[in-house]
Amino acid sequence: MKGIGPEADVVISSRIRIARNLTGHPFPMLATNQQANDVMEQLTAVADSGKLHDYGPFETVQLSQLNELERRVLVEKHLISPNLANESRSGAVMLSENEAVSIMVNEEDHLRIQCLYPGFQIKEAWGLASRIDDIFEEETDYAFDERRGYLTSCPTNVGTGIRSSVMMHLPGLVLTQQINRILSAITQVGLAVRGIYGEGSEATGNLFQISNQITLGQSEGEIIENLHNVARQIIEHERAARNRLLEDSRIRLEDRIQRSYGILSHAMIMDSKEAAQRLSDVRLGIDLGLIRDVTPQVMNEMMVLTQPGFLQQVFNEKMSPELRDIRRAELIRNQLHSESDHGGV
Amino acid sequence: MLCQECEKKPATLHFTKIVNGEKTEFHICEACARERGEGIPGTANGFSIHSLLSGLLDFEQASAMNGIGAKPQQQLRCDNCGLTYTQFSKMGRFGCSNCYVQFGNKLDPILKRVHGNTTHVGKIPKRAGEQIQVKREVEVLRQDLQARIEQEDFENAAQIRDRIRELERNIADAQERHG
Repeated sequence: MKGIGPEADVVISSRIRIARNLTGHPFPMLATNQQANDVMEQLTAVADSGKLHDYGPFETVQLSQLNELERRVLVEKHLISPNLANESRSGAVMLSENEAVSIMVNEEDHLRIQCLYPGFQIKEAWGLASRIDDIFEEETDYAFDERRGYLTSCPTNVGTGIRSSVMMHLPGLVLTQQINRILSAITQVGLAVRGIYGEGSEATGNLFQISNQITLGQSEGEIIENLHNVARQIIEHERAARNRLLEDSRIRLEDRIQRSYGILSHAMIMDSKEAAQRLSDVRLGIDLGLIRDVTPQVMNEMMVLTQPGFLQQVFNEKMSPELRDIRRAELIRNQLHSESDHGGV
Repeated sequence: MLCQECEKKPATLHFTKIVNGEKTEFHICEACARERGEGIPGTANGFSIHSLLSGLLDFEQASAMNGIGAKPQQQLRCDNCGLTYTQFSKMGRFGCSNCYVQFGNKLDPILKRVHGNTTHVGKIPKRAGEQIQVKREVEVLRQDLQARIEQEDFENAAQIRDRIRELERNIADAQERHG
């Protein structure tokens, strides 16, 4: 995912996933190799026929051609699910050049279309995912039932088959201890929050993924509108919390942020939990204008690059956990120093 | 907040379980969650939605079997993929799209629990759903026809009636073509 989108001070990314299946074929879980290959051929033929080419060049990657590390990197980039990465059978992913679209074949369902946009662009992501869905529907016979909608492997996805989610960075709500109240309110309006919260949330970088829980009995429009409206309210609450922190305890907040910046710029060993928390602090500092020589893009990149699979890819070596913590610290130091040398441009 | 199990580590997982309207909250740490077998959301090994579902489905079966005069459980099996209802209730996943037909009305209570609803109102595929679109149009026209008759607007009513007949003929033709 490149660049930053609208409302990027709070919303990291917006994602839509659509689950679809072909009629008559067993779902991937029960399919024989032959049956899984049949499905794969039908679906990859659509990509190969050039029908997707309005949405950029697509590359089809068979999972069997990737080693464990390459699969892990795709998971850390959120381009494939852990489920697909671990499945040894006939799985594939079709990736658009800019990585905004990833189409998984033979995951839990035959077809999973995913669109990932930076910032708050959930409606745009749905628009794109739905157009790609139409292309596959023209060429293949979807399993669809008048009463149940799109038929999926798991009953939790039946109906629209869509999961819409926004990844939000909410340090203000965590620091002002409003997060639990807000998250429990979210679950009461049919949305789910993934990620670890409460006291432990600092350790995972104050990132929360909010998504729809219900896929049957509501239209796609209603599902997305609901998520959109709730996320909009959370954005406002988060900004208000940040402003309050600035007004009431500016020096404490600034101390926390600058300390984290100092540690990230100079530490020699950095475990993933500490990295996530410090990066969250610095990201907040950038969004509040307290840190000016680092760009938010670099922070987004580092959140991804400091994960284990990526580190091994960047340094091109197999690492013990201890060496990983040393390399992570090295990578962050280098990134921050080269950023400040360039004045953050 | 400390983990309510070990009371040592900070609680990092917070669940709310609602069973028959009764709400229970859990605050536990990751280690205790693993021990208890609760899924850790967002991790590959811990996605517990299927075990949760299978809990619901077992409940379904148990209550059916406890019913007064209940017959011994008949083995319901999908004739396309061979998945039995018992297997489905253990895994919480269907074997193929035909399972939805074979397990039929048994699914309503499950879907109602998961989604609060049993009927799709969203997108319809253009090609495969062409007939469904036409059926939805016929339904709307019928309501319109009824209103016209009540208003004694017989001229327009006749036109709508003809349109309905035409659409119904198309549906019948299409069904014949597809065997």
